[in-house]
Amino acid sequence: MTLVIVFYDLKIVNCELNIKTNNNMSDLEKFLEKIEENIKIEPKDWMPDDYRKHLQRQMSQHAHSEVIGMQPEGNWVLRAPSLRAKVILLAKIQDEAGHGQYLYSAAETLGKSRSTYINELQTRKAKYSSIFNYPTLTWADMGAVGWLVDGAAIVNQVSLQKTSYGPYSRAMVKICKEESFHQRQGYEIISNMAKGTPEQKQMAQDALDRFWWPSIMMFGPHDADSSRSENAMKWKIKNETNDQLRQKFIDKTIQQAEIIGLTIPDKDLRWNDETNHYDFGEIDWDEFWNVVKGNGPCNDDRIEHHIKAHEDGAWVREAAIAYAEKNG
Amino acid sequence: MENKEALINYCLRLGDSSLILGQRMAEWCSNGPILEEDIAMTNISLDLFGQSRMLYSYIAELEGGTNEDEIAFRRNEREFFNTLISERPNGHFGDTIARNFLIDAFSFHYYKQLVKSNNEVISAFAEKSLKEVTYHLRHSSEWMIRLGDGTEESKIKIQNALNKVWKYSDDMFDVNDGDKSLIESGIAVNPEEIKEAWNETITSVLKRAKLTRPEDGYFHKGSRNGVHSEYLGHLLTEMQYLQRAYPDAKW
Ligand SMILES: [Fe+2]
Ligand SMILES: [Fe+2]
Repeated sequence: MTLVIVFYDLKIVNCELNIKTNNNMSDLEKFLEKIEENIKIEPKDWMPDDYRKHLQRQMSQHAHSEVIGMQPEGNWVLRAPSLRAKVILLAKIQDEAGHGQYLYSAAETLGKSRSTYINELQTRKAKYSSIFNYPTLTWADMGAVGWLVDGAAIVNQVSLQKTSYGPYSRAMVKICKEESFHQRQGYEIISNMAKGTPEQKQMAQDALDRFWWPSIMMFGPHDADSSRSENAMKWKIKNETNDQLRQKFIDKTIQQAEIIGLTIPDKDLRWNDETNHYDFGEIDWDEFWNVVKGNGPCNDDRIEHHIKAHEDGAWVREAAIAYAEKNG
Repeated sequence: MENKEALINYCLRLGDSSLILGQRMAEWCSNGPILEEDIAMTNISLDLFGQSRMLYSYIAELEGGTNEDEIAFRRNEREFFNTLISERPNGHFGDTIARNFLIDAFSFHYYKQLVKSNNEVISAFAEKSLKEVTYHLRHSSEWMIRLGDGTEESKIKIQNALNKVWKYSDDMFDVNDGDKSLIESGIAVNPEEIKEAWNETITSVLKRAKLTRPEDGYFHKGSRNGVHSEYLGHLLTEMQYLQRAYPDAKW
């Protein structure tokens, strides 16, 4: 007996020693080396606390955006104007629910549970993309959301496929495969309306007018004003800056608007031969921060809707747990 | 009734029931008790819309000069032939599950027989739908069992939900004169033929769920002749809004 205990004790001491030596220098170094060499960081790997926290915040924010985004689109599912459009929109929303699911699972690998993340959403400690705090007022908004919001999300998510955290990167690869269909369905809706009756055309232009600026705000503040960007770039959580991604989105979207004869609501928009990019007007950052702080048209409604569904479903979840416990 | 007219009316019965229940299930979008259920209920909704589209396209072919959207969005309350039970409001999750369970068990056994229809389109429809409703029935049965054998609260809720919706179940078995001629010619299935199998499924799931089968009392009927509850009009108002408000528009 005694021998065994001594043996175990030695082992524990050895372990602790190992951890200590690693902690002294090489854990952080090893981590940075992996980042440098583009080797993915995996859940069991050592990572700096700030890296973990940054990812917890970003990934849960991403998951919440997928889930809250179901509301403004769900707003038109029952009123879709054709069976085909209804089925496509519903399938798209279902994809978003699936994205939320992958992202919550990926975020759980960082040592926080989905229910904790959801609680942070409902108590407004966690954010989601501000774009979903704008209302969807007409059917053309289903076009604008798919075309612009999913369009902007794709630019961001394609870039995030290369992110340094393994589970996040893999979730993005899976999600990106589905996203291009989302953008196509939106673009199809808005182009059909843009070439439709005068009323339809007017709705299409109005949707673009309302969603354009909030869409380009989706990339976040200018690099110079983005406090968290620096770490995110250093750790290769992000590989392109907010402004670079925004520019990519603008460059590819302008042509798409021209093709269907809609006007982007920015009088300063023009091609710049020197930069090979479009110049665009000043973003209203007061509006952006206002919505981030909770004062967008739908912030309260979105969270209340989420809480209501969650509370209404509490007895169902409890029953499922009770049943599983009883029946092994 | 002419044979073609009867056939169209029969397809409307099946197609409308799928469409209306599909619309009800779509109402759950972003309202489910957990994300996984949002996904499951959307799946069911998508299957049901697919089923109705298949039959509406067939009707359009038979009638000529119309299409699936005209059929779905330009008919009035009295021109719909969906079952009464399919238009019942969702209520809470247990109300939806109890309603769907009775419908799914019916569709499962009905399509199983309908596969043998001598009308190729209907037989193909039944074959495709049977695969889907097999999954739907599993989904609703599993929830009946979980809720029935879950907590005190869930047991009461699901039992009450079942008791409330029971009186709409017999309407699924109703036939009109057109149906009778189609049954004779081997195109349609007589719902009476599957009643026993339906009853067995209901009884065995309720037993596992530790729930009581409601007493057979008064049953509401009328949908086979296009007479509905007040709920249908509201559902259609919402669903048909754009097609009605912009009759010249293409989407
Ligand atoms: Fe998504
Ligand atoms: Fe998407």
